[in-house]
Amino acid sequence: MNLLILDVVIFVLIAISVLSMIRVIIGPTHEDRLIGLNLAVSQVLAILVITAVKFDRSIYLDVALVYAILGFLGILAIARYLGGQK
Amino acid sequence: MILKIIIYVFFAMGIFFGILGNVGVLKFPDIYTRLQASSKCGVTSVVSIFIALMLLKGFTPITARILVITLFFLITSPVSSHIIGRRAWEEGILPWRKKSSPK
Repeated sequence: MNLLILDVVIFVLIAISVLSMIRVIIGPTHEDRLIGLNLAVSQVLAILVITAVKFDRSIYLDVALVYAILGFLGILAIARYLGGQK
Repeated sequence: MILKIIIYVFFAMGIFFGILGNVGVLKFPDIYTRLQASSKCGVTSVVSIFIALMLLKGFTPITARILVITLFFLITSPVSSHIIGRRAWEEGILPWRKKSSPK
């Protein structure tokens, strides 16, 4: 019963991430694309943590922590790159 | 039994706020309104899913690691939203107004 709700949440998060990737594709400015990317990063992080709890492997949690750090640094680096463009 | 109901309520809250935030990011007209929908609803949905998973696992080492990830996410996600908003403001993008309203 518990595994069923985990599967449902994973499917909903994947369907939601498709919506935010649509904003990444059609965004008029660079910052719109960054907003969609930030949202997709957080939802993929949630999918990784749910997968770790579902299979009871704690190695996925290390992957999730590194993914969170790299997502934050990626957003920071892209924003800094766009700032130095002019 | 009560714990199971609390877990289901937190999962439902995560799904609800996630769908709401993504529809807001798709439908809102301006960059700042999209930023508001993304920041608030994204953080709320992911953190409530993490709280539900921590209640589901009980006192195990996995719970402590999820707690660390939750604190890190709770610090860094508003910071990155703030960076994006500051970047947009420095580029000179003005906030959206209704067309019919006088300036």
